[in-house]
Amino acid sequence: MVTIIPEIIRESITNLVKNGERSDGRAFYEYRGISLETGVIEKAEGSARVKIGNTQIMIGTKPQIGEPFPDTPNVGVLMTNSELLPMAAPDFEPGPPDERSVELSRVTDRCIREAGVVDLDKLVIIEGEKVWMIFLDLHVLDYDGNLIDAAVLGSIAALINTKIPETRIEDGEIIVDHEKMISLPVKEKALMTTFAKIGGELIVDPSLEEEQIMDARISIGIREDGSICAMQKGGANPLTKEEVIMAISKSQEITKELREHLPKN
Amino acid sequence: MITIITNNELSTGIETSKRADGRAFDELRPIKIEAGVLKRADGSAYLELGGNKILVAVYGPRELHIRRLMQPNRAVLRCRYNMAPFSVDGRKRPGPDRRSVEISKITSEALSPAVFLEKFPRSTIDVFIEVLEAEGGTRCAGITAASVALADAGVPMRDIIVSCAAGKADGQVVLDLSETEDKEGEADMPIAIMPRTGEITLLQSDGHLTSEEFEKALDLAINGCKKISEEQKKAILSRYG
Repeated sequence: MVTIIPEIIRESITNLVKNGERSDGRAFYEYRGISLETGVIEKAEGSARVKIGNTQIMIGTKPQIGEPFPDTPNVGVLMTNSELLPMAAPDFEPGPPDERSVELSRVTDRCIREAGVVDLDKLVIIEGEKVWMIFLDLHVLDYDGNLIDAAVLGSIAALINTKIPETRIEDGEIIVDHEKMISLPVKEKALMTTFAKIGGELIVDPSLEEEQIMDARISIGIREDGSICAMQKGGANPLTKEEVIMAISKSQEITKELREHLPKN
Repeated sequence: MITIITNNELSTGIETSKRADGRAFDELRPIKIEAGVLKRADGSAYLELGGNKILVAVYGPRELHIRRLMQPNRAVLRCRYNMAPFSVDGRKRPGPDRRSVEISKITSEALSPAVFLEKFPRSTIDVFIEVLEAEGGTRCAGITAASVALADAGVPMRDIIVSCAAGKADGQVVLDLSETEDKEGEADMPIAIMPRTGEITLLQSDGHLTSEEFEKALDLAINGCKKISEEQKKAILSRYG
Protein backbone atom coordinates (compact mmCIF):
# COMPACT_ATOMS: atom_id res chain seq x y z
CA MET A 1 0.00 0.00 0.00
CA VAL A 2 1.39 3.40 -0.99
CA THR A 3 0.89 6.27 1.41
CA ILE A 4 0.03 9.48 -0.40
CA ILE A 5 1.01 12.72 1.32
CA PRO A 6 -1.02 15.77 0.35
CA GLU A 7 1.16 18.50 -1.19
CA ILE A 8 -0.34 21.04 1.25
CA ILE A 9 1.04 19.08 4.24
CA ARG A 10 4.46 18.85 2.60
CA GLU A 11 4.46 22.60 2.04
CA SER A 12 3.23 23.52 5.49
CA ILE A 13 5.82 21.33 7.29
CA THR A 14 8.62 22.60 5.01
CA ASN A 15 7.61 26.25 5.53
CA LEU A 16 7.45 25.77 9.29
CA VAL A 17 10.99 24.31 9.30
CA LYS A 18 12.26 27.19 7.15
CA ASN A 19 10.89 29.53 9.84
CA GLY A 20 12.70 27.60 12.58
CA GLU A 21 9.56 25.79 13.79
CA ARG A 22 8.09 22.26 13.79
CA SER A 23 4.47 21.19 13.50
CA ASP A 24 4.38 19.76 17.04
CA GLY A 25 6.08 22.81 18.55
CA ARG A 26 9.45 21.14 19.19
CA ALA A 27 12.87 22.74 18.73
CA PHE A 28 15.06 21.30 15.92
CA TYR A 29 17.20 19.24 18.30
CA GLU A 30 14.51 18.22 20.75
CA TYR A 31 13.19 14.65 21.16
CA ARG A 32 9.56 13.82 21.82
CA GLY A 33 8.74 12.42 25.29
CA ILE A 34 10.68 9.21 26.00
CA SER A 35 9.60 6.41 28.30
CA LEU A 36 11.62 3.30 28.94
CA GLU A 37 10.63 0.37 31.18
CA THR A 38 12.69 -2.79 31.64
CA GLY A 39 11.87 -6.29 32.87
CA VAL A 40 8.34 -6.06 31.43
CA ILE A 41 8.24 -9.67 30.09
CA GLU A 42 8.97 -12.17 32.84
CA LYS A 43 9.52 -15.10 30.44
CA ALA A 44 12.17 -13.19 28.51
CA GLU A 45 15.66 -13.22 30.04
CA GLY A 46 15.77 -9.48 29.33
CA SER A 47 13.13 -7.05 28.08
CA ALA A 48 12.29 -3.41 27.54
CA ARG A 49 9.34 -1.38 26.33
CA VAL A 50 10.42 1.90 24.77
CA LYS A 51 8.24 4.79 23.66
CA ILE A 52 9.40 7.87 21.77
CA GLY A 53 6.28 9.98 21.37
CA ASN A 54 3.69 7.48 20.14
CA THR A 55 6.27 5.15 18.57
CA GLN A 56 6.39 2.01 20.67
CA ILE A 57 8.69 -1.04 20.50
CA MET A 58 8.80 -4.10 22.74
CA ILE A 59 12.20 -5.76 22.90
CA GLY A 60 13.01 -9.16 24.36
CA THR A 61 16.21 -11.19 24.63
CA LYS A 62 16.52 -14.98 24.61
CA PRO A 63 19.80 -16.82 25.26
CA GLN A 64 20.41 -20.24 23.69
CA ILE A 65 23.42 -22.50 23.72
CA GLY A 66 24.78 -23.10 20.24
CA GLU A 67 27.86 -23.52 18.15
CA PRO A 68 30.07 -20.51 17.31
CA PHE A 69 30.60 -19.41 13.72
CA PRO A 70 33.63 -21.29 12.26
CA ASP A 71 35.52 -18.03 11.56
CA THR A 72 35.04 -16.73 15.13
CA PRO A 73 35.34 -19.85 17.33
CA ASN A 74 36.07 -17.97 20.57
CA VAL A 75 33.28 -15.40 20.74
CA GLY A 76 29.55 -15.66 21.48
CA VAL A 77 26.81 -14.81 19.00
CA LEU A 78 24.38 -11.89 18.98
CA MET A 79 21.45 -12.05 16.56
CA THR A 80 19.15 -9.09 16.00
CA ASN A 81 15.77 -9.58 14.38
CA SER A 82 12.88 -7.17 13.94
CA GLU A 83 9.24 -7.45 12.99
CA LEU A 84 7.25 -4.48 11.74
CA LEU A 85 3.97 -5.90 12.98
CA PRO A 86 0.91 -5.22 10.84
CA MET A 87 -0.66 -3.83 14.04
CA ALA A 88 1.84 -0.96 14.08
CA ALA A 89 0.68 0.87 10.94
CA PRO A 90 -2.02 0.49 8.28
CA ASP A 91 0.59 -0.04 5.54
CA PHE A 92 2.61 -2.73 7.35
CA GLU A 93 1.73 -6.14 5.91
CA PRO A 94 2.00 -9.56 7.54
CA GLY A 95 4.61 -11.89 6.08
CA PRO A 96 8.37 -12.26 5.92
CA PRO A 97 10.41 -9.16 6.90
CA ASP A 98 10.37 -6.52 4.15
CA GLU A 99 13.29 -4.19 3.32
CA ARG A 100 12.34 -1.63 5.99
CA SER A 101 12.33 -4.30 8.66
CA VAL A 102 15.64 -5.76 7.46
CA GLU A 103 17.22 -2.28 7.45
CA LEU A 104 15.98 -1.62 10.99
CA SER A 105 17.42 -4.83 12.40
CA ARG A 106 20.69 -4.53 10.48
CA VAL A 107 21.31 -0.91 11.51
CA THR A 108 20.47 -1.72 15.13
CA ASP A 109 22.73 -4.77 15.01
CA ARG A 110 25.58 -2.79 13.45
CA CYS A 111 25.44 -0.08 16.11
CA ILE A 112 25.46 -2.67 18.92
CA ARG A 113 28.05 -4.96 17.35
CA GLU A 114 30.54 -2.33 16.18
CA ALA A 115 30.41 -0.42 19.47
CA GLY A 116 31.18 -3.64 21.34
CA VAL A 117 28.11 -3.26 23.55
CA VAL A 118 28.15 -6.90 24.66
CA ASP A 119 31.46 -8.49 25.66
CA LEU A 120 31.07 -11.51 23.36
CA ASP A 121 34.40 -13.01 24.56
CA LYS A 122 32.70 -13.73 27.90
CA LEU A 123 29.91 -15.76 26.23
CA VAL A 124 32.14 -18.72 25.37
CA ILE A 125 31.35 -21.96 27.21
CA ILE A 126 33.75 -24.36 25.42
CA GLU A 127 36.02 -22.65 22.91
CA GLY A 128 35.17 -23.57 19.32
CA GLU A 129 32.30 -25.81 20.44
CA LYS A 130 29.66 -24.19 22.64
CA VAL A 131 28.83 -20.52 23.11
CA TRP A 132 25.85 -18.45 24.25
CA MET A 133 23.78 -17.10 21.36
CA ILE A 134 21.79 -14.03 22.38
CA PHE A 135 18.67 -13.41 20.30
CA LEU A 136 17.48 -9.80 20.38
CA ASP A 137 13.94 -9.54 19.03
CA LEU A 138 12.40 -6.15 18.22
CA HIS A 139 8.61 -6.18 18.17
CA VAL A 140 7.37 -2.89 16.66
CA LEU A 141 3.92 -2.23 18.16
CA ASP A 142 3.11 1.34 17.10
CA TYR A 143 4.87 3.27 14.33
CA ASP A 144 4.82 7.06 14.63
CA GLY A 145 8.25 7.85 13.17
CA ASN A 146 11.93 7.29 14.10
CA LEU A 147 12.05 3.54 14.71
CA ILE A 148 15.87 3.38 14.59
CA ASP A 149 16.57 5.53 17.68
CA ALA A 150 13.82 3.75 19.64
CA ALA A 151 15.17 0.35 18.56
CA VAL A 152 18.74 1.07 19.68
CA LEU A 153 17.71 2.73 22.97
CA GLY A 154 15.36 -0.14 23.81
CA SER A 155 17.87 -2.80 22.74
CA ILE A 156 20.61 -1.42 24.99
CA ALA A 157 18.11 -1.28 27.88
CA ALA A 158 16.98 -4.87 27.22
CA LEU A 159 20.61 -6.09 27.05
CA ILE A 160 21.43 -4.36 30.38
CA ASN A 161 18.32 -6.05 31.82
CA THR A 162 19.33 -9.52 30.54
CA LYS A 163 20.27 -12.29 32.97
CA ILE A 164 21.73 -15.58 31.72
CA PRO A 165 22.29 -18.74 33.75
CA GLU A 166 25.80 -19.48 34.98
CA THR A 167 27.54 -22.36 33.23
CA ARG A 168 30.35 -24.62 34.41
CA ILE A 169 31.94 -27.80 33.14
CA GLU A 170 31.98 -30.91 35.31
CA ASP A 171 33.42 -34.17 33.90
CA GLY A 172 33.13 -32.88 30.33
CA GLU A 173 29.45 -32.03 30.86
CA ILE A 174 28.03 -28.50 30.66
CA ILE A 175 26.03 -27.58 33.77
CA VAL A 176 23.52 -24.76 33.10
CA ASP A 177 22.58 -23.43 36.53
CA HIS A 178 19.29 -21.48 36.49
CA GLU A 179 19.61 -20.90 40.23
CA LYS A 180 22.59 -18.64 39.55
CA MET A 181 21.59 -15.98 37.04
CA ILE A 182 24.25 -13.49 36.01
CA SER A 183 23.95 -10.19 34.15
CA LEU A 184 24.94 -10.13 30.50
CA PRO A 185 28.38 -8.47 30.22
CA VAL A 186 27.40 -5.03 28.82
CA LYS A 187 30.50 -2.86 28.58
CA GLU A 188 29.40 -0.01 26.32
CA LYS A 189 26.19 1.99 25.90
CA ALA A 190 26.23 3.24 22.33
CA LEU A 191 23.12 5.08 21.13
CA MET A 192 21.81 6.36 17.83
CA THR A 193 20.25 9.66 16.83
CA THR A 194 18.40 10.18 13.58
CA PHE A 195 18.05 13.47 11.71
CA ALA A 196 15.66 14.28 8.90
CA LYS A 197 16.56 16.83 6.23
CA ILE A 198 13.58 19.06 5.48
CA GLY A 199 13.77 22.39 3.63
CA GLY A 200 17.57 22.30 3.80
CA GLU A 201 17.57 22.00 7.63
CA LEU A 202 18.33 19.04 9.91
CA ILE A 203 15.85 18.13 12.64
CA VAL A 204 16.26 15.34 15.18
CA ASP A 205 13.76 12.55 15.97
CA PRO A 206 11.45 12.99 12.96
CA SER A 207 7.76 12.34 13.62
CA LEU A 208 5.77 10.18 11.19
CA GLU A 209 4.62 13.26 9.24
CA GLU A 210 8.15 14.60 9.04
CA GLU A 211 9.50 11.21 7.92
CA GLN A 212 6.88 10.99 5.18
CA ILE A 213 7.96 14.28 3.59
CA MET A 214 11.69 14.37 4.43
CA ASP A 215 14.26 14.66 1.64
CA ALA A 216 16.89 12.54 3.37
CA ARG A 217 17.68 10.90 6.68
CA ILE A 218 20.92 10.30 8.56
CA SER A 219 21.37 8.10 11.64
CA ILE A 220 24.56 8.28 13.70
CA GLY A 221 25.66 5.82 16.38
CA ILE A 222 27.85 7.31 19.12
CA ARG A 223 29.77 5.48 21.82
CA GLU A 224 30.12 6.80 25.39
CA ASP A 225 33.49 8.40 24.54
CA GLY A 226 31.92 10.33 21.63
CA SER A 227 33.43 8.19 18.85
CA ILE A 228 31.28 7.05 15.94
CA CYS A 229 30.32 3.37 15.72
CA ALA A 230 27.73 3.26 12.94
CA MET A 231 26.01 5.46 10.37
CA GLN A 232 23.18 4.99 7.92
CA LYS A 233 21.92 7.44 5.34
CA GLY A 234 18.39 7.01 4.03
CA GLY A 235 15.95 8.79 1.75
CA ALA A 236 16.03 9.55 -1.96
CA ASN A 237 17.88 12.91 -1.83
CA PRO A 238 21.53 13.74 -1.10
CA LEU A 239 23.18 15.33 1.94
CA THR A 240 26.10 17.76 1.86
CA LYS A 241 29.40 17.10 3.64
CA GLU A 242 28.66 20.03 5.99
CA GLU A 243 25.28 18.52 6.90
CA VAL A 244 26.84 15.18 7.79
CA ILE A 245 29.54 16.83 9.95
CA MET A 246 26.88 18.95 11.65
CA ALA A 247 24.76 15.83 12.33
CA ILE A 248 27.73 14.07 13.94
CA SER A 249 28.52 16.93 16.31
CA LYS A 250 24.85 17.33 17.32
CA SER A 251 24.60 13.58 17.80
CA GLN A 252 27.58 13.62 20.17
CA GLU A 253 25.74 16.17 22.36
CA ILE A 254 22.28 14.59 22.16
CA THR A 255 23.31 10.98 22.90
CA LYS A 256 24.63 12.20 26.29
CA GLU A 257 21.11 13.31 27.22
CA LEU A 258 19.53 10.17 25.75
CA ARG A 259 21.85 7.97 27.80
CA GLU A 260 20.25 9.37 31.01
CA HIS A 261 17.13 7.30 30.20
CA LEU A 262 19.04 3.99 30.42
CA PRO A 263 18.96 1.88 33.58
CA LYS A 264 22.20 1.47 35.56
CA ASN A 265 24.03 -1.83 35.11
CA MET B 1 25.64 -33.62 27.28
CA ILE B 2 24.01 -30.54 28.77
CA THR B 3 22.41 -30.70 32.23
CA ILE B 4 19.88 -28.02 33.08
CA ILE B 5 19.16 -27.07 36.69
CA THR B 6 15.79 -25.34 36.87
CA ASN B 7 14.64 -22.90 39.50
CA ASN B 8 11.07 -24.08 40.11
CA GLU B 9 9.28 -21.94 42.69
CA LEU B 10 5.75 -23.28 42.12
CA SER B 11 4.04 -24.89 45.11
CA THR B 12 2.81 -28.43 44.63
CA GLY B 13 -0.75 -27.91 45.95
CA ILE B 14 -1.24 -30.63 48.56
CA GLU B 15 -4.81 -29.64 49.54
CA THR B 16 -7.37 -31.24 47.22
CA SER B 17 -9.71 -28.26 47.03
CA LYS B 18 -7.03 -25.69 46.19
CA ARG B 19 -5.09 -25.64 42.93
CA ALA B 20 -1.33 -25.46 42.41
CA ASP B 21 -1.43 -21.66 42.33
CA GLY B 22 -3.84 -21.44 45.31
CA ARG B 23 -7.00 -20.66 43.33
CA ALA B 24 -10.42 -22.21 44.01
CA PHE B 25 -11.80 -24.48 41.22
CA ASP B 26 -14.05 -21.69 39.90
CA GLU B 27 -11.62 -18.82 40.30
CA LEU B 28 -10.12 -16.80 37.42
CA ARG B 29 -6.55 -15.55 37.41
CA PRO B 30 -6.20 -11.78 38.07
CA ILE B 31 -7.40 -9.88 34.99
CA LYS B 32 -6.79 -6.37 33.67
CA ILE B 33 -8.11 -4.91 30.40
CA GLU B 34 -7.37 -1.51 28.88
CA ALA B 35 -8.92 -0.09 25.69
CA GLY B 36 -7.31 2.32 23.23
CA VAL B 37 -3.59 1.80 23.89
CA LEU B 38 -2.14 2.31 20.38
CA LYS B 39 -1.96 5.50 18.29
CA ARG B 40 -2.01 4.24 14.70
CA ALA B 41 -4.56 1.42 14.96
CA ASP B 42 -8.28 2.22 14.54
CA GLY B 43 -8.97 0.30 17.75
CA SER B 44 -6.78 -1.47 20.29
CA ALA B 45 -6.80 -3.24 23.63
CA TYR B 46 -4.27 -4.59 26.10
CA LEU B 47 -5.12 -7.52 28.36
CA GLU B 48 -3.33 -9.25 31.22
CA LEU B 49 -4.71 -12.53 32.55
CA GLY B 50 -2.41 -14.15 35.08
CA GLY B 51 0.94 -14.22 33.29
CA ASN B 52 -0.56 -13.59 29.84
CA LYS B 53 0.10 -10.24 28.20
CA ILE B 54 -1.89 -9.70 24.99
CA LEU B 55 -2.06 -6.70 22.69
CA VAL B 56 -4.70 -6.44 19.97
CA ALA B 57 -5.06 -3.91 17.15
CA VAL B 58 -8.01 -3.52 14.78
CA TYR B 59 -7.89 -1.83 11.37
CA GLY B 60 -11.05 -1.23 9.40
CA PRO B 61 -13.55 -1.60 7.99
CA ARG B 62 -11.13 -0.79 5.14
CA GLU B 63 -10.56 -1.56 1.48
CA LEU B 64 -9.66 -5.18 0.72
CA HIS B 65 -6.86 -5.40 -1.82
CA ILE B 66 -6.95 -9.17 -2.35
CA ARG B 67 -9.79 -9.67 -4.79
CA ARG B 68 -10.21 -13.40 -4.33
CA LEU B 69 -11.02 -12.88 -0.62
CA MET B 70 -13.59 -10.19 -1.33
CA GLN B 71 -17.23 -10.92 -0.47
CA PRO B 72 -19.79 -9.01 -2.58
CA ASN B 73 -22.38 -8.82 0.20
CA ARG B 74 -20.35 -8.44 3.38
CA ALA B 75 -16.99 -7.64 4.95
CA VAL B 76 -14.46 -10.33 5.77
CA LEU B 77 -13.02 -10.44 9.26
CA ARG B 78 -9.36 -11.47 9.08
CA CYS B 79 -7.44 -12.45 12.20
CA ARG B 80 -3.74 -12.94 12.74
CA TYR B 81 -2.69 -14.56 16.01
CA ASN B 82 1.05 -14.18 16.51
CA MET B 83 3.41 -14.98 19.36
CA ALA B 84 6.42 -12.79 20.09
CA PRO B 85 9.72 -14.72 19.99
CA PHE B 86 10.32 -13.77 23.65
CA SER B 87 6.79 -14.67 24.88
CA VAL B 88 7.61 -18.27 25.86
CA ASP B 89 10.31 -20.13 27.82
CA GLY B 90 12.39 -21.13 24.78
CA ARG B 91 12.46 -18.82 21.77
CA LYS B 92 9.50 -19.02 19.42
CA ARG B 93 10.68 -18.76 15.82
CA PRO B 94 9.07 -15.70 14.24
CA GLY B 95 6.32 -16.19 11.66
CA PRO B 96 3.21 -18.33 11.40
CA ASP B 97 3.18 -22.05 12.26
CA ARG B 98 0.35 -24.61 12.07
CA ARG B 99 -0.84 -23.80 15.59
CA SER B 100 -1.06 -20.03 15.04
CA VAL B 101 -2.79 -20.49 11.66
CA GLU B 102 -5.47 -22.67 13.28
CA ILE B 103 -5.94 -20.25 16.17
CA SER B 104 -6.24 -17.34 13.71
CA LYS B 105 -8.99 -19.21 11.84
CA ILE B 106 -11.06 -20.17 14.88
CA THR B 107 -10.63 -16.66 16.33
CA SER B 108 -12.06 -15.13 13.17
CA GLU B 109 -14.98 -17.57 13.32
CA ALA B 110 -15.52 -16.87 17.02
CA LEU B 111 -15.72 -13.08 16.51
CA SER B 112 -17.61 -12.90 13.18
CA PRO B 113 -21.14 -13.76 14.47
CA ALA B 114 -21.14 -10.62 16.66
CA VAL B 115 -20.08 -8.17 13.94
CA PHE B 116 -22.53 -6.57 11.48
CA LEU B 117 -20.33 -7.65 8.55
CA GLU B 118 -23.23 -7.21 6.09
CA LYS B 119 -22.97 -3.43 6.56
CA PHE B 120 -19.55 -3.33 4.84
CA PRO B 121 -19.61 -5.27 1.55
CA ARG B 122 -16.29 -5.78 -0.28
CA SER B 123 -14.23 -4.60 2.69
CA THR B 124 -12.10 -6.10 5.43
CA ILE B 125 -11.81 -5.78 9.17
CA ASP B 126 -8.34 -6.83 10.30
CA VAL B 127 -7.67 -8.07 13.83
CA PHE B 128 -4.02 -8.45 14.85
CA ILE B 129 -3.46 -10.38 18.09
CA GLU B 130 0.06 -10.23 19.53
CA VAL B 131 0.94 -12.52 22.42
CA LEU B 132 3.70 -10.61 24.22
CA GLU B 133 3.88 -13.13 27.06
CA ALA B 134 2.14 -16.50 27.24
CA GLU B 135 1.02 -18.40 30.32
CA GLY B 136 -1.77 -20.73 29.20
CA GLY B 137 -5.09 -19.75 27.63
CA THR B 138 -3.72 -17.24 25.11
CA ARG B 139 -6.36 -17.95 22.45
CA CYS B 140 -9.18 -17.11 24.90
CA ALA B 141 -7.35 -14.03 26.16
CA GLY B 142 -6.79 -12.98 22.52
CA ILE B 143 -10.49 -13.29 21.63
CA THR B 144 -11.55 -11.40 24.78
CA ALA B 145 -9.10 -8.58 24.02
CA ALA B 146 -10.02 -8.56 20.30
CA SER B 147 -13.68 -7.84 21.15
CA VAL B 148 -12.65 -4.83 23.23
CA ALA B 149 -10.39 -3.61 20.39
CA LEU B 150 -13.28 -4.01 17.88
CA ALA B 151 -15.52 -1.94 20.17
CA ASP B 152 -12.72 0.63 20.52
CA ALA B 153 -12.52 0.83 16.70
CA GLY B 154 -16.25 1.63 16.62
CA VAL B 155 -17.11 -1.50 14.62
CA PRO B 156 -20.87 -2.08 14.98
CA MET B 157 -21.57 -5.31 16.92
CA ARG B 158 -24.55 -7.26 18.28
CA ASP B 159 -22.62 -8.27 21.36
CA ILE B 160 -19.15 -8.28 22.86
CA ILE B 161 -17.76 -11.80 22.44
CA VAL B 162 -16.00 -13.14 25.51
CA SER B 163 -13.87 -16.25 25.85
CA CYS B 164 -12.62 -18.43 28.67
CA ALA B 165 -11.46 -22.02 29.15
CA ALA B 166 -12.40 -24.73 31.63
CA GLY B 167 -10.91 -28.17 31.90
CA LYS B 168 -9.71 -30.89 34.21
CA ALA B 169 -6.51 -30.82 36.21
CA ASP B 170 -5.46 -33.00 39.16
CA GLY B 171 -8.75 -34.93 38.80
CA GLN B 172 -10.82 -31.80 39.36
CA VAL B 173 -12.93 -29.78 36.89
CA VAL B 174 -11.49 -26.25 37.02
CA LEU B 175 -11.92 -22.82 35.43
CA ASP B 176 -9.26 -20.89 33.47
CA LEU B 177 -6.35 -23.34 33.30
CA SER B 178 -2.87 -22.03 33.98
CA GLU B 179 0.08 -23.07 31.83
CA THR B 180 1.04 -25.92 34.19
CA GLU B 181 -2.56 -27.13 34.48
CA ASP B 182 -2.90 -27.05 30.70
CA LYS B 183 0.32 -29.03 30.16
CA GLU B 184 -0.09 -31.54 32.98
CA GLY B 185 -3.89 -31.63 33.27
CA GLU B 186 -6.33 -34.14 31.78
CA ALA B 187 -8.43 -31.82 29.60
CA ASP B 188 -8.67 -28.28 28.28
CA MET B 189 -11.81 -26.79 26.74
CA PRO B 190 -11.74 -23.20 25.49
CA ILE B 191 -15.09 -21.60 24.62
CA ALA B 192 -16.34 -18.20 23.46
CA ILE B 193 -19.89 -16.94 23.89
CA MET B 194 -22.14 -14.01 23.10
CA PRO B 195 -22.94 -13.05 26.70
CA ARG B 196 -26.40 -11.54 25.99
CA THR B 197 -27.81 -14.70 24.41
CA GLY B 198 -25.42 -17.32 25.74
CA GLU B 199 -24.79 -18.63 22.20
CA ILE B 200 -21.47 -20.43 21.73
CA THR B 201 -19.18 -19.15 18.96
CA LEU B 202 -16.06 -21.16 19.80
CA LEU B 203 -15.73 -24.61 21.26
CA GLN B 204 -12.62 -26.74 21.29
CA SER B 205 -11.62 -29.55 23.55
CA ASP B 206 -8.67 -31.79 24.01
CA GLY B 207 -8.11 -34.50 26.59
CA HIS B 208 -10.41 -36.81 28.48
CA LEU B 209 -13.79 -35.73 29.91
CA THR B 210 -16.91 -37.77 30.79
CA SER B 211 -20.21 -36.22 29.66
CA GLU B 212 -20.95 -35.19 33.28
CA GLU B 213 -17.55 -33.52 33.51
CA PHE B 214 -18.14 -31.83 30.14
CA GLU B 215 -21.41 -30.31 31.34
CA LYS B 216 -19.79 -29.14 34.55
CA ALA B 217 -16.85 -27.65 32.64
CA LEU B 218 -19.19 -25.90 30.17
CA ASP B 219 -21.17 -24.30 33.02
CA LEU B 220 -17.94 -23.23 34.71
CA ALA B 221 -16.61 -21.72 31.49
CA ILE B 222 -19.87 -19.86 30.80
CA ASN B 223 -19.80 -18.40 34.32
CA GLY B 224 -16.14 -17.45 33.83
CA CYS B 225 -17.06 -15.74 30.55
CA LYS B 226 -19.75 -13.71 32.33
CA LYS B 227 -17.23 -12.48 34.91
CA ILE B 228 -14.74 -11.51 32.19
CA SER B 229 -17.55 -9.82 30.25
CA GLU B 230 -17.95 -7.37 33.16
CA GLU B 231 -14.23 -6.52 32.91
CA GLN B 232 -14.58 -5.89 29.16
CA LYS B 233 -17.46 -3.48 29.79
CA LYS B 234 -15.46 -1.71 32.51
CA ALA B 235 -12.53 -1.24 30.12
CA ILE B 236 -14.75 0.28 27.42
CA LEU B 237 -16.62 2.46 29.93
CA SER B 238 -13.44 3.79 31.50
CA ARG B 239 -12.31 4.94 28.04
CA TYR B 240 -15.62 6.26 26.74
CA GLY B 241 -18.06 6.33 29.69
